[in-house]
Amino acid sequence: MGISVEGAAKRFGDFQALNDVSIDVPNGSLTALLGPSGSGKSTLLRAIAGLETLDAGRVLIDGEDVSTKPTQKREVGFVFQHYAAFKHMTVFENVGFGLKIRKWEKAKISARVHELLSLVQLDGLADRYPSQLSGGQRQRMALARALAVQPQVLLLDEPFGALDAKVRKDLRTWLRHLHDEMHVTTIFVTHDQEEAMDVAGQLVVMNEGRVEQSGSADDLYDHPANEFVMSFVGEVNRLGEHFVRPHDMEVVLDADERTEQAMVQRIVALGFEIRVEFVLGDGTEVWAQLTRAELQKLELREGQIVHLRPGQLKSFSGDVPPSDGSGASTPHDGQDDDDAEVTAAA
Amino acid sequence: MRTANGKRSRWGLRTLGLGYLALLLLAPLVTIFYKTFEHGLGPPLEAITSSDGLHALKLSLLMVAIAVPLNTVFGVGCALLLVRHRRRGNALIDAVINLPFAISPVVIGLSLFLLYGTQGWFGPGLAEAGIKVLFSVPGMVLASIFVSLPFVVRETVPVLQEIGTEQEQAASTLGANAWQTFWRVTLPAIRWGVAYGVVLTTARVLGEFGAVSIVSGQISGETETLPLFVEKQFQNFNQAGAFGASVVLAMLALATLLAMNVLKRKEDA
Repeated sequence: MGISVEGAAKRFGDFQALNDVSIDVPNGSLTALLGPSGSGKSTLLRAIAGLETLDAGRVLIDGEDVSTKPTQKREVGFVFQHYAAFKHMTVFENVGFGLKIRKWEKAKISARVHELLSLVQLDGLADRYPSQLSGGQRQRMALARALAVQPQVLLLDEPFGALDAKVRKDLRTWLRHLHDEMHVTTIFVTHDQEEAMDVAGQLVVMNEGRVEQSGSADDLYDHPANEFVMSFVGEVNRLGEHFVRPHDMEVVLDADERTEQAMVQRIVALGFEIRVEFVLGDGTEVWAQLTRAELQKLELREGQIVHLRPGQLKSFSGDVPPSDGSGASTPHDGQDDDDAEVTAAA
Repeated sequence: MRTANGKRSRWGLRTLGLGYLALLLLAPLVTIFYKTFEHGLGPPLEAITSSDGLHALKLSLLMVAIAVPLNTVFGVGCALLLVRHRRRGNALIDAVINLPFAISPVVIGLSLFLLYGTQGWFGPGLAEAGIKVLFSVPGMVLASIFVSLPFVVRETVPVLQEIGTEQEQAASTLGANAWQTFWRVTLPAIRWGVAYGVVLTTARVLGEFGAVSIVSGQISGETETLPLFVEKQFQNFNQAGAFGASVVLAMLALATLLAMNVLKRKEDA
């Protein structure tokens, strides 16, 4: 079931949470709403579920305007950041809650709940209470609970936000597999661009109550519509009016007309990746992402004077049309074309 | 040095606290039990099983049976209103609910007397309809409800705030309507707050003297609750009877508290 939101607006007192937001989520897709806190992404998700009423605009699920439908009739599965487990119920009762409300027979409820518990790998924990589960287990229980009633759409509000890094990584891989199996239209909210790119096929980047850009992960990374998207979906250096990704900073030992002199300030080894921090002649601080092999070849030392050749420069000043991704790169930098060694842009 | 000092002050505080409790709470209670059974079980038993004594006991239980359920339903509803539906008038409601704590029960009794008396606003109309409020059970019920009204609200509000709205929202996404959500999710989550409020309400209704005393007219065997019975026995120099009834009152209160503890322990296990 596809989801559309048209011209959504929502205000909380003086705070404009949503400002004329429209999105389209295709049937069966896995879409991430990505943005910093306060960008309106959770409000948008809650409005789709009916947990928030919009001041203006409408929500369509499978083409039907559900704007005035109460939450309990929208048939959406919702997963909360802090699980929202029913603390006084066992895992079994939690997962079976929606079925009990729908007055299923006991035997059918039991069969369905056990089927879901094995899907989320919680078999054998049916009689536990939520307080006896780990965070990851609680969130899987909450997911099973949401899926039990076979919702038209699945909405997840920062589902892994309260979990530690390792569990978070496992769960997002697992969510992707689950989506491949179930094909239920899924929207999930996150502030973590890596998580969004890892899990979702389609991303919607939000900021200050507006949609900044939507598209695939590659689209956003290679053709950001503006400075905000560029810096939010990846690391970025600012060189005057231009922006460049740290892995597009080429470090050379000999100067030429396209290089800029820089001093190595600090070399940080982060496993395979090396982060080299520089200060330019005008005091600007930038950094480059190198591999271990590149670093060894260059034999960089802290305090050394080297030369930087930034590739894939982007500029968002002037009247660049934001919808055209490729047009966003700087018109006057002919360097991109012959900088073949720097990146393999798709 | 610091830990030694800490230890000393902790012991000092503990001694002070226990001493305070012993002097002000335990000593009077022990005295009552001692005085009651000073001359054996006979005199207090006789006073309690007299027809007036039994009637007073029944009437006290009747007050509990009417006032406690009413204030529980009202209290939970009011707490939901205060916590879940933030409106401008809430601050006023919040303040008004505390009135019974602030106003002396005697004043409450007098105000009811004025309202329902023969010269009062409601008195004449009700009298025409054949309903007697003052010097009878309806007036005493009104007084009991008034004095015990805040407890369930006050105990339920913080628990409601603490559980938040996420569980309720989750229930609605799973297809539960407001009524189903309340019975299956909200009420089970706040039940210990409500239970504590019920215990306090019960204790207050059982023990109420001032307001009930004024509206009841203290007619023996008719409008006399246990606390009024105790007072009358005491006035009539029947100390055994007064103490016997007091012990029954104390036992009822203890039983209520124990019942809640037992339930709670079962729940935690």
